[in-house]
Formats: sequence, C-alpha cells, structure tokens
Amino acid sequence: MGRKAKFDETKKVKKGPGRKAKKQQDPVFKKGLLDDDKEEKKLSHRQKQRAARRLKKKKEIQEKRKALKEAKKNPTQETEQTEEATSCSEDETPKGFTDDNKEWLKPKKATNKAKDPESDSNESDDEGLGEDENDASSDNDESENEEKEVSKKSKKENYKVGTLDDLFHDTDEEQDETLNDVEDDDTKKPYNSDSSAESDESEKDDDDDDDMLPIEKANIKLKKKQRLEKKLADEEMQLNIAKQDVFAFPSEEELQNPTSLQDVLQRIKDIVAVLGDFNRLKEESRSRCEYTDLLLKDLCLYYSYNEFLMEVLMQIFPVQELVEFLEASEVSRPITLRTNSLKTRRRDLAQALINRGVNLDPVGKWSKVGLVVYSSTVPIGATPEYLAGHYILQGASSFLPVMALAPQENERILDMCAAPGGKASHIAAIMKNTGSLFANDANKERTKAIVGNFHRLGVVNAIICNYDGRQFPEVIKGFDRVLLDAPCTGTGVIAKDPSVKTTKDQKDIQRCFNLQRQLLLAAIDCCNAKSSSGGYIVYSTCSILPEENEWVVNYVLKRRNVKLVPTGLDFGTEGFQKYRHHRFHPSLKLTRRFYPHTHNMDGFFVAKLKKFSNVIPEPVKDEDDEEAEQENENGDGENEVNKQNGDVSPETKNKLKAGAKRPAKADSSQPQQKKQKPNGASPQTPSAASSLTANQNKKNQKKKKNKTGQKSEVVDKQDHTSANSTEQEKTNGDKKQNELDTTEIQGDVSTPNNKVTLSASQKRRNRKKNKQGQKGENKVNKNENDSATIIKPVTSKEVPNESTLDREKNKGNTNASILNSTDSVAGKKRKNKKKNKESLIITKESTSVSAEPQTVQEGDKNQVTQTTTEVNLNEFNKNIQINTSGKGSPSKKKNKQSQVQENTNKIEQSNKDVLNKESPQTKDTNKINGSDQQTSNESSSKKKKNRKKNKNKQAGALSQINKNENKVTETVEIAAAKKLKNKKNKQKQIGKLDSNKGMKKGVDKKNFKRNKPKGK
Amino acid sequence: MKILSEDRTRILFEKLTKYIGVNVKLLIDRPDGTYCFREKKDRVYYISERLLQLAQTVKPDHLVSAGTCFGKFTKTNKFRLHITALTYIAPYAPFKLWVKPSAEQQFLYGHHVIKSGLGRITENTPKNQGVVIFTMSDIPIGFGVTARSTTDCRHADPLATIAFHQADIGEYIRSEDTLV
Repeated sequence: MGRKAKFDETKKVKKGPGRKAKKQQDPVFKKGLLDDDKEEKKLSHRQKQRAARRLKKKKEIQEKRKALKEAKKNPTQETEQTEEATSCSEDETPKGFTDDNKEWLKPKKATNKAKDPESDSNESDDEGLGEDENDASSDNDESENEEKEVSKKSKKENYKVGTLDDLFHDTDEEQDETLNDVEDDDTKKPYNSDSSAESDESEKDDDDDDDMLPIEKANIKLKKKQRLEKKLADEEMQLNIAKQDVFAFPSEEELQNPTSLQDVLQRIKDIVAVLGDFNRLKEESRSRCEYTDLLLKDLCLYYSYNEFLMEVLMQIFPVQELVEFLEASEVSRPITLRTNSLKTRRRDLAQALINRGVNLDPVGKWSKVGLVVYSSTVPIGATPEYLAGHYILQGASSFLPVMALAPQENERILDMCAAPGGKASHIAAIMKNTGSLFANDANKERTKAIVGNFHRLGVVNAIICNYDGRQFPEVIKGFDRVLLDAPCTGTGVIAKDPSVKTTKDQKDIQRCFNLQRQLLLAAIDCCNAKSSSGGYIVYSTCSILPEENEWVVNYVLKRRNVKLVPTGLDFGTEGFQKYRHHRFHPSLKLTRRFYPHTHNMDGFFVAKLKKFSNVIPEPVKDEDDEEAEQENENGDGENEVNKQNGDVSPETKNKLKAGAKRPAKADSSQPQQKKQKPNGASPQTPSAASSLTANQNKKNQKKKKNKTGQKSEVVDKQDHTSANSTEQEKTNGDKKQNELDTTEIQGDVSTPNNKVTLSASQKRRNRKKNKQGQKGENKVNKNENDSATIIKPVTSKEVPNESTLDREKNKGNTNASILNSTDSVAGKKRKNKKKNKESLIITKESTSVSAEPQTVQEGDKNQVTQTTTEVNLNEFNKNIQINTSGKGSPSKKKNKQSQVQENTNKIEQSNKDVLNKESPQTKDTNKINGSDQQTSNESSSKKKKNRKKNKNKQAGALSQINKNENKVTETVEIAAAKKLKNKKNKQKQIGKLDSNKGMKKGVDKKNFKRNKPKGK
Repeated sequence: MKILSEDRTRILFEKLTKYIGVNVKLLIDRPDGTYCFREKKDRVYYISERLLQLAQTVKPDHLVSAGTCFGKFTKTNKFRLHITALTYIAPYAPFKLWVKPSAEQQFLYGHHVIKSGLGRITENTPKNQGVVIFTMSDIPIGFGVTARSTTDCRHADPLATIAFHQADIGEYIRSEDTLV
C-alpha cells in the first residue's frame, strides 16, 4: 500500500519527461564508485568456486574430527593442518589478489554472511566485495580515509568471529583477521604489535595443545579471543576518549563573527558537555566562568533572549535542564479545553466534538474536565458547542490552581485577578452555581471578557467587579477561599508570548513581585480564618522565577498568620527552599512548580495557604524588606527620603546599626500584637514605635550620606549589608533569624551587643544622645509592657528619633500613623501616608466591630469615605432598598438614622417594627461612635457637606421617592407574576397600583411578611 | 443596582412573556431563594437577593456585572432581550424551533431562519411568537420571532423566512465588547 519506499537512493527512476523532453542518459560512473549487487552477480563463477572449496573444507574438517575422535594422533593432525594451510594458500593465490590483500579478503567474505544486519551498509558493501581488485583498492582507500572507523570495524569483526559456531573453521580466519587488523591499522603501533603477538601466540598454542580435546581447544581459543577483544576494546575506548572532540574555546575573532546559528547550537551542545564533566574536559587555563559566560551569550544569541533573563534562568536550572527548558519554550503547548460541567459532561462533549471532526483525548488522569485537542478540522474556538458554553479553551496549567483551591458548594469565594474568567468559571462550575463568587480584575477592559465568558458558560452566582486587588479588603472581606492568580512576568509561558524573552529586566521583576506581595497580603486579608469550611488562599503565577513565587510566599508567611498546606496536586516539582542566597521557610516544599519541559504544560507555580488567625501581626522588617528597600531606593526613592528628612539632626548617624537590627527585635518581643483601637490618646505599642524609629533611622542614613561624612559612608555600607568585615557579625545574626524563621529573642539581643562592642566610640556618642532624648524615652518606656527589658537597649539608642516621632503625633496622627509607618516598607511610601492612614483607620474600625456582619461594615466604610454627591445618592438608594425590602439591616450611620426614621415613619408601622427589631441599639451606638471617630480624623468639612446634602435630600426627594417608587417597583415584580395568570387583568392591575395606594400597601405588607424570615 | 421603575418592569415582563409565556412567574417564585430584577445603566440584571446584598458592597462605579444580564432598555424605552438571557429563557420556552445542522452556521452569523433550514417546530406556533431556536442536538443557539405560523410553514417556499433573527450565541464572539 502507498508509495514504495526508496531504500536505494542510487536507483532513482525519473518520473516523467519533465521540462526537458529528451531524456538524459543514465550517468556513467567509474567502476570503483559503483559497488553494488551487480558485481556480486558478476562474480558468480568465483563464488561457485569458493562454495565448492568451502564444501570441500567442511568435509575435510569433518574427516578431521572423525579422525581425532578415533585416533587422537598427533602426526595426522599436523599433516592435516599443513595440508589445510597449503590448500588455503593454493586456493587463494589463483584469484589474483595483490599480496597485501589476499590474506584478509577471503575471510571477510566468510564473515560477511555471519554479520548482523545492523552493520553499516557501507561496511558490508566493502566487505562483500572482497574478491574484486578494484573494490579492494577502494576499500583500502576508505580505510585510509576513515581511520576512526577502522578500529571499530576490527572490533566488530572480532566480535563476530567470536560468535561463529564453527570454531575449527575459525582458526585460520582469526589469524587472517588479526593480520587484517594489523594491516589496516598501521597508524596504531602498539595495538598492532599486540595483535600480531597474539596471533603468534595462538599459533604456538595450536602447536602445543594438540593433545587436548577439541572442546578444550576451542575454549582456550575463545578465551584468547575474548582477551584480545577486551584489550582492543579498552584501547579503543581510550583512543576514543583521547580523540573525543574536546571543545576548543573559540578565539575572540570567532566570537565576534559568528558564522551561523548551527555553529552556535553546536557550540552550546559542546559547552553543555564540557560543563557536564568539567574537570576532564575543560581547557587548561579556562575557568568555569568563561565557559558559562560563553554559554550565556550563545544561548542568548540562539534563542534570542536578553542576557538578564537568561542569567536568571541559568540560576534556576542546571545547564542541561536549561537547554531543555529553552527548547520546550520554543514549542507551543497542545491546545486544551475544559468541559463546562454546568452545561454538559465530558463524554458528551467529546462525542459532539469528534462528530465535528476534532481529534481529542482526555488530558490526563488528574483532571475530569480537561480535553487535549490534537487536531481539528473546524475552528475550535467557534463551534456551536463553544458558543453554547459547553467548554472553554484553557491551558492545562490553569486547572491546577482551582484544583488546589478545592472550592466547596455554598461558599463565598474571591478570584482576585480573574480576567478572562477561565479559572473563575471553573470555580463556579465546581460550586455548581451555588454560593457566591466575586470575580475581580483591575483592568476594566478585561472585565468585559469575564462578563462574556460567564454568561456564555452560564455562571449566575458571580459578581464581577473592577477594583485594584490591593484595595479589595476595604470593599469586602470574609471570604471562605481566595484565589490569587497574580500578574507576573510570564516566564512560564514564553511559548505563548515570546516578547517576554527580550522585554523583561530587573525592574520588571521587582515591579511584579512588589505588586504580588501586596496583592497576596490583600488576598489574605480578604480571607476569613474562622470560616468553617475554608480559610484557604491559593497563590499562583505563570512565572517560574523564584522572586515571584517562593519569595513572595515566604514574605507573607512572616507577615500574616498563614501557613502553607499541601496543594493536593500529586504531580509537579517541589518549590525551592533555597535559591541563591535566599533561604526560604522549609514548608515551601509544599508548593508546586510546573515546567514546560517536564510536564508539558505552561510553566506554573501553585501555593496553597491556610489562614489560621484573622489577627494581623505587627509588620516585621527583615532581609526581604531591606532588599526591596534597597532596590526601591536605588531608583528614585532617595531623593524623596532626603527631602523628608531634611531637618533630622546629624547626631543620629550612629544609630543606623541599631535601626538595621531593630526589626528583628520588634518581632521577637511582640510576635503577634493585635492592633489597638485608635483611642486618640497614646496607645503606642513599643514594637510599633521601635519599627517606626527603624524606618526613621534609615532615612537618617540617607541624609547623612548627603552630608558626606566619612562615617556616613561606613553606615551606608552597613545598611546595605555589603561585605564589610565589621558588620558581618550583624548580618550573620540577621540571617540566622531568617533561616530559623522563628522569633528568637536571644539572637536578637545578642546582635545589638555585638554592635556595641564593634564600635565603642559610637556607643559613647549614643549615650550622649540618650541623655538628650531621655524625655522621649520615658514616654516609650511607659508604653512598654512585657517586652521592656529587651527593647530598652534599643530604644536608648534611638531616643533622638523620638523627637521626630512626637512631631508626627503633633500633626494629628493617632496610632494609625505609627502603624502606618511600620507598614510602609520604604521611605518612598511616605507619600501615600495620608491615604493609608485613612484606610487603616477604617480597617481598624471594622475589626473593632467585628462582631457584626461583614457586609454591614463595608457599607459603613463606604459611607464614611464617600464625599461626592453621586455617592450619597447611592447611599440613598441603598437605604431605600433596605427599607423597602424590609431586611432591616442595621448599618445606619448617625446622619442616616434620622433618615431611616423618617422613612419608617412615613412607610408603615409594620415596617418600622421590623426595623426596630432587627437593629439592636447596641450595634447602632457602636457604629455611631465609630463613625464619629472616623469623621473626627477626617476633615470636618467633608462631613459637614455630607450632612447638608443628606438633609436636603431627606427633606425633599427622599420621602416621596421612597414612598412611592420603591414600594411600587418591589410590588410590581410580584404583581406581574400574578398578572400573568390572567392576562386580561394585567393592565388594570398595574393601573390600579398606580392609583390605589391602599392596594400597594397591602402588597407591601405581604411582601415584608414574606421576606421577614429570610432577612433573619 | 437600582430597582426597576414600574413602567420598565411592565415593559420587561411583557417582553419576557412573549418568549416564555406564563413561565415568567417561575423566574420569580423560585425554590432556591428570592430572585429579583435590578437595573444598572439601563441594563437589567436578574439576581438572587442573597447575591444582591453582597453586590451592594461594591461601589456602583466598580461593579461590572452581577448575576445574569437579561437585556437593556433602549433610548426609546423599549426592552431588548440579550443573548445572555438565553440561560433562563431556553428551559422555559413553550415554543421552540429546531434548525438543521446545515443552517446552524447561517443562524449563528446572524441570518434569519429560512424554510430549508427548518428542522422542526413546535405545533401550533402562532405568527409573531417569540421562539427559542435550538440545534437538532437540542443546544439552544438563540431566539427569534416567527414570521409564519406552524401551518403556514408547511406550505412555505424553501427560501421563505420562517423566523426572524433576534439574538444568537454567535454574538459572544461577534460583539463581546457590547454584549452587556
């Protein structure tokens, strides 16, 4: 069937006349070049002769055996042997071989038959032509040309001989062969002599051991052969090793003028090989660095990456794996689709698609909804099934975070970065459209994709919103599960978007992981640890860089009450526990990484976190922070910091060390301190104060730098933890802490001691300062509780900073400012202080009133922060809805309460009752207090404005609108349903509703009664 | 998310009745909680009360969509049913129309259903009745309005229009941006 395979390239048949009408004659080749089977035919005569001879020989041998068996007499054998030898020589001479060849050509013919089919066609051809002179010469030529092959050949031949059955027949063959080897391998002297010696020996043995049984003889011979073989093999191997192309380091010129990509690829392979066995293969006087640098350049050239990204990748993967990864990143992954279990089953979908001419398969055992598409005759993204929402095109790796999240029915789940809604719809499908799903995305354009996909897939339990994920905790909290598929550099999906190769640099990565950290913190804040079924956060990225994955997770592990739990994914590689100089928390091995080259899916990272407490621990400053800070400051941060700290006294220079160590101390003394209510007075927690001062110290540092004192330089170095010998102790201490990731008080305490001993002069200065700032110190000490002893030494050093602290207080900031400053990682963030303060206050509020339902709090917050008229209108709407629906939510602010009461008065007695019942006084008062506090913190003018507006509206539109429109519309919905039963009355009823208010009220009452139990 | 005005509610329900008849009440009286219609930027969303409460925590500016969008009110205050409502319309529709596989693609590109593409049609479908259009494998692919009654269909010319196109699921691709 099908085309006939053309195994023989030389015999190409012309397909037709072609362009040239006249058919060319077959080319004529020299005899020597054509070495094909026709020659064998030509030689049939001789072959016959030889066959006859062989037959004869066999007979002789048989006779010989018989003779041996019968008599075992020496002389006969000897004569026979001589006879044999002569016969051989006689046989061969007439064939007209040249002297060189006659000995080895014949046995080759013999061996040719026994040869494996595996052996090269080339060789077999050569060997098959033993008798022909021309061929013999050509063979010689070849053997000369391919010196390498010779050794191989000889080995093979030997091996084959060894396997032959007829051992007696071998005797002369072997000799011949060894000779043959000798002749062929004139270049290799030692081997040559050895083999000849061997052959001599064998001859001798033949003579000596005639009295042995033939089987014994055979045994000896065999052993000898094996020995020989082994020897040859060893030699050959050594030869190979010696001859192996040791990669020669290219010269400068070669590097500057790369010839072709093929050469580069070859060089890459060579270098990889060299690096694999560096000690042996390296060139003298070349260091590993040189090789890796060259490799880096070549890889960048060949795969067109920028050097930075390639460097990073080289740090992640060993060289061999790196090449695999790069190769895999060039090829796109197979198209996968996810069955929408809300609308269909996988089997049905597969059947439907197969009917449309799609070739597909289940994606693997690990997923029950995935299908891989191998080929398709129709556009897979536009089939009626697709449009009907039976499936969605989604990478296999995108299933993983949702599987790790393991959503349950009737939960409240948040997907923080949802667009285009693939994972979010997967969540909804697993929840079976129960519960509620918040799909958020920061990009408004992309939320349209979520809307489209959700409607297409029939997801009805979703709220799609457009917030910056970092602000989401201010909108709503208390989710059972949160999925954060954070925006990333996309280094895992280079196949999808090759622009990543060239466009990403250090800045991009920094930007990404800073954002990711903030998002993940926000995601954790959104999650409710007390949820009966959940309290889980899944963090995933499509990047493979540890900076964006393990480091981010490690960062939040220190800042929130979360722990890593197994993802529930039974494949994938474990996350890194260490990467370069970073030492992550050991539990990071519970995270999962996926690579294109090992799992044939996009590069991906999945981590599952469990929140075990809603308390937000005091922020801790550590290595991570410092690095991040450094990075930030290296950019544009410095100038700002300097400006801000323009007035700080220069004496504080020396405290920088303390500042650097500070954070650890705060950590140890008060690992998880609850936030305190902003009571206006001065409930500074010592840790907060200390961390604040730490921040300030940093700033001071910067300032000093500008003043260009030598000391300041030293200090600067210290800060940056560069290899300053005096500072190493300190950094070591810090590192220890990070490694252990526990709150070690001892270590913390010891580090400051070290410092003190390091520079006695500085210490003295500090003392002076302490005197100056004792007043401030006292304040702090008052606030210190249990951790006073530990903190004291540090605070004493930092006393001068208290002045700045006080200054801030005077600005009218309560605790919030302090907390805020601790929150802010870099001095840069000071800019945003005000914003943060507000938000912080609000969040505190909410936590303090945590007994109340979350939604209500959110409402409050919104109300507090709203300033524009628009927003107020919305509030009104809310109120209206609440009133009319009768759910009686107690989330009324002071200014709203009046409004509520008005409304309730006007509406109905029953309505009022409901409200009163459901809004307990205590809660109201609490909230009012809270709102008062907030408002006091805010600008009072805003508040006044709001009130005015509210009042106006209350007096005017509200009463009427509330009364009429809202009630009516509520009732209309229900009425409409009734109307449909009897169409005739429909119009009338609606009309009646308009005119007849009594009717409305009646309906309203019913409505409330019906809703009442639900509200509760 | 505001409550629909009475006028608009009437218009909405009239429109829905055209497609699903008395089954409209099933949309409101549901066993799994109270559902209601809410309006946002002229779009009408069908949403459960439970979800609505949660949605109210989101500021209107930031709320993109909640629940299911049924359609929108035009500037002339008519209600236009969107394809997104199909999830709820299709199961309740009393009058259905099936198209042949060959005509599926035509319809999905926004064309009317012609007689040659008509696979099946519910008995006694009157003229100008809203119908949901299915493929022969019972996948709802859109809705339209009949141009002829069932009896007229029998004698109609092969190229005659049977149902006017109103919305189809091809819009998910054709007009994703303006979908909702």
